[in-house]
Amino acid sequence: MTQKDQSMEIQKEMIAKHFTELGKAATEKHKKVVYTFVPGNLTELILSFDLLPVLPEINALQNGMRKRSGGYITDAEKSGHSEDVCTYVKCDVGMMKGGNVGPTGEPLPKPDLLLLSYTGCFVFMKWFEILQQEYNCPVVMLHIPYQSDGAPTANMQAYIVNQLREKVIPALETCSGKKFNPARLSELLALSARAEEDFVWVLESAKHKPSPIDAYFGGVYYIGPIFTFFRGTEEAVEYYRVLRKEVEERLAQQLGPVTPDGTMPKEKFRLVVEGPPNWTSFREFWKMFYDEGAVVVASSYTKVGGIYDQGFRHDPEKPLETLADYCLGCYTNLNLPSRVELLEKYIKEYDADGFVINSVKSCNSFSAGQLLILRELEKRTGRAGGFIESDLVDPRYFSASNLKNRLESYFQMLEQKREKAAL
Amino acid sequence: MSTVQTMSHPIIERCEQLYEDLSLNYVRDQTNATGRKAFGFMPVYFPREIVYASGLLPVGLMGAGDLLEIIKGDAYFQSYICHIPRSTVEMGLSGHLDCLSGMAFPAICDVIRNLSGMWKIMFPQKESIYFDVPQNFDPQIGGHYLVEELKQLAVRMSKISGKPVTHEALHAAIALYNTHREWVMKCYAQRSKKPWEVPTSELYLLMRAGLILDVQEHIEMMKAYLESVADLDRKPMDNARVVLTGSFCEQPPIGLIRSLERAGCYIVDDDWVLIHRWIKQAIPTQGDPFQNLADAYLKHSMDAPFKYQPERKGHQLKQCFIENRAAGVLFCAPSFCDPALLDRPMIQKFMEAEGIPYTSFKYAENTGQYQVIKEQAGTFSDSLKLWGEA
Repeated sequence: MTQKDQSMEIQKEMIAKHFTELGKAATEKHKKVVYTFVPGNLTELILSFDLLPVLPEINALQNGMRKRSGGYITDAEKSGHSEDVCTYVKCDVGMMKGGNVGPTGEPLPKPDLLLLSYTGCFVFMKWFEILQQEYNCPVVMLHIPYQSDGAPTANMQAYIVNQLREKVIPALETCSGKKFNPARLSELLALSARAEEDFVWVLESAKHKPSPIDAYFGGVYYIGPIFTFFRGTEEAVEYYRVLRKEVEERLAQQLGPVTPDGTMPKEKFRLVVEGPPNWTSFREFWKMFYDEGAVVVASSYTKVGGIYDQGFRHDPEKPLETLADYCLGCYTNLNLPSRVELLEKYIKEYDADGFVINSVKSCNSFSAGQLLILRELEKRTGRAGGFIESDLVDPRYFSASNLKNRLESYFQMLEQKREKAAL
Repeated sequence: MSTVQTMSHPIIERCEQLYEDLSLNYVRDQTNATGRKAFGFMPVYFPREIVYASGLLPVGLMGAGDLLEIIKGDAYFQSYICHIPRSTVEMGLSGHLDCLSGMAFPAICDVIRNLSGMWKIMFPQKESIYFDVPQNFDPQIGGHYLVEELKQLAVRMSKISGKPVTHEALHAAIALYNTHREWVMKCYAQRSKKPWEVPTSELYLLMRAGLILDVQEHIEMMKAYLESVADLDRKPMDNARVVLTGSFCEQPPIGLIRSLERAGCYIVDDDWVLIHRWIKQAIPTQGDPFQNLADAYLKHSMDAPFKYQPERKGHQLKQCFIENRAAGVLFCAPSFCDPALLDRPMIQKFMEAEGIPYTSFKYAENTGQYQVIKEQAGTFSDSLKLWGEA
């Protein structure tokens, strides 16, 4: 981005520091390392044992943004991984086989423990089975039941808490050599809740016109700290405080979102986006929207690591139960009717002109059912939907001209609908 | 390459009619004649005992194979999603499944999981259940969770049937399915012992019939089939004994199964229609039946790619290979099948370490061209016979 906000600088430093720590853990082994996933991540619990989290999806998407994923995917396919399956997995496998040098160029440490938080994505299970075979390290499974009937049940929560108490915490104790400290966990959860308040305020600022943020392309930066290594830290609290202040200032000045080409001059279309972004051509993809004056005012992708804008906050008074509730509530752990309801709510509450579904080949958890979501949302809201296809980190599945054509046609349709309505 | 001996067999002819009857006329006749309602389920495991004990007819669905032109179903799924949800949606939208009071979608992958929610939206008047099984196999943790889920399932089944699931009824259903399992095992054992006597294509159709028929009727059918094949003069051929794996959900078309046999493969074990053998031994018929079902799942169910068992990766397949005196393994997976295709490199690595020959290919349930796969399987079969140790 041409215009670097203070919050961006803070986040950049946070990430750089974390990867430096990981590099140090790889070479000096000064800290033990836990690999886990973004949805259903137990960052506060991991940090309470002074362990370092590694998130393979983040490595994969960072490699995608740095144009390295294509080679890694090809390497994994050459070693027998099917062309049909998730490219995050293959990117990770390729990176590992190529020496496990992380996206920042620093070596990544091997896992001392794989914490398989099996939340909202079947592939996670296979991914860590593959890593377990490669690293021959301990693995602990945390199975999060699917919210198939639209709400968590007491049985689900009890099952997760039991697993945390009887399996996950003992595994973390063994890994770290430290006893579980519930008071420490509660302290971190209290910090999470503070950051979550400001994070939600930022997301909801997009209800204003013009929206001061882009809640998808910009949103992926905003979710960074809270979805990854920093939930439960003072740094995250500070990051969201600064971010909120910046957005408050933008609101006061009636400014649109910051894009890589500067502040967006005019908000022409307000959109809701369903599905993850493409990472290999992220900026080019974003440009297809902001060049047309399209701002994303709400998105489902910014809910994969937790849905905070519907009221959930980590509760330090009930540390294990709140972690269970958090895991149960991640977006891809919701059933299709709940996903439709949430998107419908966003379209209406954020007064969107329409919605776009970016269907990614890699992710059946997101993608299976999206064509029905498209129909349902159009039926329920009367707003037009656009449907485009790409992939997470496989550059072979990003067809710029095709996407641009489709999006331009979609924006033209929105324009025509608007003109027709004005008559 | 060799050819497989096939003769018309009245029982198998009936099975094939059931297999081809996508409108489920057997189920319709049952419900019309007796007023008994029916409840459908997708692969792989669903506790049919509870369905049966509630008075419902459990009906297993495995897609429409190559028997149905997909028109509406394709409008709901992108090109990179497997085929079975398309044909299932097609069947639902075109009225083939309207004789069912509801559908269950067992935890197997994200596509089937999401299909459960799609079903809720598309068929709101029908019950749609996602059946989530624990990935934690500790009786005090996953076991406790599963018992509660099974009880909830019983309540939901009872609401449809109007009949409570009593312990007595559930014990009786478990006993019946124990007998069923016993005869299923006998059929598989006979196939392994004399694959020329029980061709895989016949066994497959026989097992598919077991998804539709009332369990008692299917037990009698299996008995009659085994009795009859003993009298047939089917001669052994110079085929290679292979174990087939990877096809636990979306099934290959029957034509492809026959092609594999014609390519010179005696398939001596497979993972098709896995539900009949999912629980490997008899379930106790005394005590708390919900606990017994949960224990059976935790302790005595098969390994499969959708089950978290990292420490035993490939071991079941190796055991199966040894017990069935196989010479090689066919990895036969549907395109875009996450569980099978993500598991495959790990299993293959294990097979290589164990010195077990294998070959891999993909299919879709509506695959119409078998020649390439037939040639690959035939070459593999020939190589096993020429250079294999078995």
